[in-house]
Amino acid sequence: MATATRTDTATTGAQGQATGRSFGALVRRPEAGSVLGLLAVFIFFTAVSGPIFVLPAGFASWLNVAAEIGIVALPIGLLMIAGELDLSIGAVIPASALTFAVISGFYGAPEIVGVAAAFGVGLLVGAINGFLVLRTGVPSLIVPIGTMFAVMGLTLGLSVLLTGATSSNVVPSPFWKGLMGQFIGGMFQVTIFWWAAFAAIVAYILHVSPFGNWVYAVGGDKISARNAGIPTERLTISLFMLSGFAAAFVGVSQAMVYQSAQVAGGQAFIFNSIMCVVIGGVLLTGGFGSVFGIVLGTITLSMVNQGIYFTGFDPNLGSVIIGALLLLAVLMNDTFRQMALSYSSKKKS
Amino acid sequence: MTEPVLELRDVNKSFGPIDVLHDINLTVKAGEVLCLLGDNGAGKSTLIKTLAGVHKPTSGQMFMDGKAVTFDKPKDAADRGIATVHQFGGTFPLMTIGRSFFVGVEPTRKIGPFKVFDRKTANETAVKAVQEFGITRIDDGDRLIGGLSGGERQSLAIARAVHFGARVLILDEPTAALGVKQASHVLRIVLEAKKRGIAVIFITHQVTHAMAVGDHFAVLIRGAVAANFMRGEKSREEITDLMAGGEALADLDTAMEGYMETHEGHPPQPASRATVA
Ligand SMILES: Nc1ncnc2c1ncn2[C@@H]1O[C@H](COP(=O)(O)OP(=O)(O)OP(=O)(O)O)[C@@H](O)[C@H]1O
Ligand SMILES: [Mg+2]
Repeated sequence: MATATRTDTATTGAQGQATGRSFGALVRRPEAGSVLGLLAVFIFFTAVSGPIFVLPAGFASWLNVAAEIGIVALPIGLLMIAGELDLSIGAVIPASALTFAVISGFYGAPEIVGVAAAFGVGLLVGAINGFLVLRTGVPSLIVPIGTMFAVMGLTLGLSVLLTGATSSNVVPSPFWKGLMGQFIGGMFQVTIFWWAAFAAIVAYILHVSPFGNWVYAVGGDKISARNAGIPTERLTISLFMLSGFAAAFVGVSQAMVYQSAQVAGGQAFIFNSIMCVVIGGVLLTGGFGSVFGIVLGTITLSMVNQGIYFTGFDPNLGSVIIGALLLLAVLMNDTFRQMALSYSSKKKS
Repeated sequence: MTEPVLELRDVNKSFGPIDVLHDINLTVKAGEVLCLLGDNGAGKSTLIKTLAGVHKPTSGQMFMDGKAVTFDKPKDAADRGIATVHQFGGTFPLMTIGRSFFVGVEPTRKIGPFKVFDRKTANETAVKAVQEFGITRIDDGDRLIGGLSGGERQSLAIARAVHFGARVLILDEPTAALGVKQASHVLRIVLEAKKRGIAVIFITHQVTHAMAVGDHFAVLIRGAVAANFMRGEKSREEITDLMAGGEALADLDTAMEGYMETHEGHPPQPASRATVA
């Protein structure tokens, strides 16, 4: 585990200068703290729950959870780096799941129609969020809460109106089931691969493409970013749409896995995704963070969430650990950020 | 005589009922440092924001190279070579030097079909640009802006503006909150920019700083140009008086003496303008 993370840091960080920049380069990376957090959690649960935790079944248990949270945590992380917040994913996940289930299950339309409509719901809610945040100037904590309740109400109302029920069943064809709802080897959800794909795309956007620089700049100082010629409005709307899309993707894949969708459910994603992002070293006020950190944060959170069942402890203890971890992460990330700010490669040359 | 790079004719600006700028007439030439002086609230920042395209004049006209121009947004002014450096220079404290230097104009290279931010070029260019201005302590483009000193940030921001071909460089109190040594660094960079033929508009509350670099001085009092003169035309004392809003500081000195007499020799506690001058 330790060696794996270290090589990853090296590859993302070493495309430029000489390889000798060790401590300074490491400490400057937003995920510096979360590497330690993940190691601590992994060692703790391996020690307490024994070998089962490192067997495939143990890995699968948290990977499956991590994949679903991870897919939404990535765009939430991007939004937070850009200085925005999106809570509406909690409503978009069930809304899109139900959209798919009603269209392709209740009405029996081809899956592609249901999936497209569900993704459309996510993109539309995202666009509305972005548009309202820009137009009203209201902090983006509030706007998505508003859309969340609106979407929840609409989902319930429309579901009852159209189908007379608050849940719908859907039996996807083997092709779609294989694409989005399959278990590989009987235990690894196919969403794990989608998560990896999402992570690669978001990492490209944030760390490799020039667009990523805009995200950091907007999160650092929106007015200066706009004055520098960055299309901040288009950027904000795109990021909200990305998070809407990711939430819809998770909703649809849940419907494929469980072959049904309910009006409720999805609220847990709101706090979980934010916690993954914060544990992963993203600054709450924007301008700082990394995809690698978000992925580490997601794994850490899921390990605690699931690992607790492998121990003899009361599962409620898991929440306590997560709470403590979150606090510790914020404190640790603050310390590392201070070190990053004050660190220069050649001190007092 | 060279034609002015930037000229304002009868520029007025009001925010709703509040008139902030009255009939401003000013010119700046290439290779000239215009010091914009005036008390707090005189309208200096409003004036430069108008030049930078942040505000639109309520009436009046701006000219560049003799041609009338209007700026609808800051980008328009920037595209014409008007660069503004705000008080704290680096506005992205958590970005690296290389990344923040190129915000909005990222250098890219292609890897297959993908556009890639060229970090190496960005870092090297940024470091080279500041070093050319004599700030050799900045040598690592991966350092975060927030880790630089105030003077280094200002220097970096000025170097950035010059690098991107600024013709008019607007500096809003670049030496405020800087120590003596740091401030002298920034002043040297102002002179360096001037030497490269850039028109510099320099706002300061410190007469010493203004006298050190200024070729041309304009004093704003309550939104109007109260004095407009060239280097050597007025004494340091006259400038100081003008900056205090026209009241002779000599009066203040007498007032102070009176105060000290009645207060057993203690000067008044709050730091007054007189101590700055
Ligand atoms: N957007 C605005 N709306 C209304 N009034 C404004 C606005 N911006 C500035 N003002 C007013 O215009 C006046 C001039 O402000 P300005 O910021 O230009 O002063 P300044 O000369 O830069 O002062 P300082 O030396 O303190 O920076 C002030 O009275 C201020 O309250
Ligand atoms: Mg001002």
